[in-house]
Amino acid sequence: MLKKLAISAVAALALSGGAALAAGAEGHVHDVDFSFEGPFGTFDQNQLQRGLKVYTEVCSACHGLKYVPLRTLGDEGGPHYSEDEVRAYAERFEVFDPELDDFRPANPTDHFPGSSLENAPDLSLMAKARAGFHGPYGTGLNQLFKGIGGPEYIVSLLTGYTGEEKEEAGTLYYENTAFPGGWIAMAPPLFDEAVEFDDGHDNSIHHMAEDVSAFLMWAAEPKMMARKQAGFVAVLFLVVLSVLLYLTNKRIWAPVKGKKTA
Amino acid sequence: MSGIPHDHYEPKTGGEKWLHSRLPIVGLLYDTIMIPTPKNLNWMWIWGIILTFCLALQIVTGIILVMHYTPHVDMAFASVEHIMRNVNGGHMLRYLHSNGASLFFVAVYMHIFRGLYYGSYKAPREITWIIGMLIYLCMMGTAFMGYVLPWGQMSFWGATVITGLFGAIPFIGEPIQTWLLGGPAVDNATLNRFFSLHYLLPFVIAALVAVHIWAFHTTGNNNPTGVEVRRGSKEEAEKDTVPFWPYFVIKDLFALAVILVVFFAIVGFMPNYLGHPDNYIEANPLATPAHIVPEWYFLPFYAILRAFTGDVWVVIAANWITGGIVDAKFFGVLAMFGAIAVMALAPWLDTSRVRSGRYRPMFKWWFALLCVDFVVLMWLGAMPAEEPYATFSLIASAYWFAYFLVILPLLGVIEKPTEQPATIEEDFNAHYGKAETPAE
Repeated sequence: MLKKLAISAVAALALSGGAALAAGAEGHVHDVDFSFEGPFGTFDQNQLQRGLKVYTEVCSACHGLKYVPLRTLGDEGGPHYSEDEVRAYAERFEVFDPELDDFRPANPTDHFPGSSLENAPDLSLMAKARAGFHGPYGTGLNQLFKGIGGPEYIVSLLTGYTGEEKEEAGTLYYENTAFPGGWIAMAPPLFDEAVEFDDGHDNSIHHMAEDVSAFLMWAAEPKMMARKQAGFVAVLFLVVLSVLLYLTNKRIWAPVKGKKTA
Repeated sequence: MSGIPHDHYEPKTGGEKWLHSRLPIVGLLYDTIMIPTPKNLNWMWIWGIILTFCLALQIVTGIILVMHYTPHVDMAFASVEHIMRNVNGGHMLRYLHSNGASLFFVAVYMHIFRGLYYGSYKAPREITWIIGMLIYLCMMGTAFMGYVLPWGQMSFWGATVITGLFGAIPFIGEPIQTWLLGGPAVDNATLNRFFSLHYLLPFVIAALVAVHIWAFHTTGNNNPTGVEVRRGSKEEAEKDTVPFWPYFVIKDLFALAVILVVFFAIVGFMPNYLGHPDNYIEANPLATPAHIVPEWYFLPFYAILRAFTGDVWVVIAANWITGGIVDAKFFGVLAMFGAIAVMALAPWLDTSRVRSGRYRPMFKWWFALLCVDFVVLMWLGAMPAEEPYATFSLIASAYWFAYFLVILPLLGVIEKPTEQPATIEEDFNAHYGKAETPAE
């Protein structure tokens, strides 16, 4: 047990050292104006559908979305596919069913599969896990209007390859201007016209990167539109309540403060 | 209940008399809600109601979240995602609960600093102050353990760092740490006991809140002048006070509604603003995050913890005097808990006989500096442990201790207070430009 602990401690130290070094060279992330930013921002259904296609044809080769239930592709405020479309889409994935003790095509009630490559992180929450907290003055308050910065990071990463490569200890690394530390093990996943969109939308690399980032933001925060709506209703209701309570308070206190009551 | 003379509940009907002679609960509620309250209370006296609301909000949302959460290292993170994606309104409940903790701490800091400025801790309200400090400690414990439950990266490493503090205690530190964690490292046993205690402590807080209210209902509220309510007769007391209902209930509810506008805007439009992105990565004991930062409300004390490094002369002196028993790590732990302890001891450290800072010309400036110091410490707690932040942290920590241990005792001796109003009524009327007698 102690030996195991010692090994994990050394590993943690080594990894933290690497991470600390990487943190020294923060990558460059550029701002993108997404439709879902700001208190009234909403997801663009067509963009989410295009993003899903990029995910399916490119990312899903290695990465998973294990926390995202397939049926939510039919939810309002998301890609909003019809029930039949969701069922047809689900069938392209094979899942292991412990009751059958065998693999079967996925149902809408199943989740997306996890990552098929061991060192490819799951993307379910990536847009929130890579949120960048910027200005003004490092307070990050601009995320109220400009979004949390996670999707921007993903766009910058996908379009940030310089074309330089290096080999270290048998692994190939690719230079990337957005990745902390500058060298990433993931080969450039996107190139112009990698995916043909059904709606004939421009499929140059930065369009595809933005679409898949929007999709990953939805995957990380599928209830965003419901949340903003609830927030809006709550704020509106509370403003009215505040005004009423202000007037009540003023009226009640008027005689105590020696003012004439109306 | 309070020492201020006022009308008590009189059972009138037969049913009321029957109940009152067996269980005087209506009388208790009546006396509590109708307590004579100084009529000059300003807007800094609203935070008690905000805090009561926060406690209720956290307990209600928390109990519902528990219905869907699984306290197991393999399932906790996924069960939180289940709440966010599959539970009806689950995303809203969780964001209310996580941001509710922040509102709770905003309110408690305002409440504490209100008490520090207006001398609410001074005799005869020392017990109220001490109970309040116990509530604050329980809140910190509850918040810390609650942050571990989603089992993200910050949950795990925050738990590792904070429980590691107990390991710094000489001789018995390591067994204590193992006992707290339920094993040699943060693992399933840790998660389970934190879950259990995170559920228990809010009810301890609720009980302490009841005692807190009981204590200040016995002494009566402090007020911005620090001058006591006249208690000679009911008529005299009524010139200084108004009943809590409806005057302060409505005023406090108005303040609550305004604060909730901001709160719901944050929950609705930027719910992850106060959280850390790394906590959306599942806990991994093999990968340490680049910066392990506690939640914002712990930052001032985290800065004090880190300020006392091995090259500071007090630490070197402590190390030498104790023959190496007190090392830099243990000194930091002592400093962090000491920072709260000196605050709890304020009733006995403050030698001034004037309660309210309003009539203390020198105190005002030192107090303002303490507020700035607190904010600066909060900023420093979020900065990496390197220069120039280390030096700033040391200066800011030193001021925190100096304020309570040197400035408060000295000011009472050297300061010449300005004239206080004779009565609360006089202060109130001066403020509202009213003649001596109410113009009814």
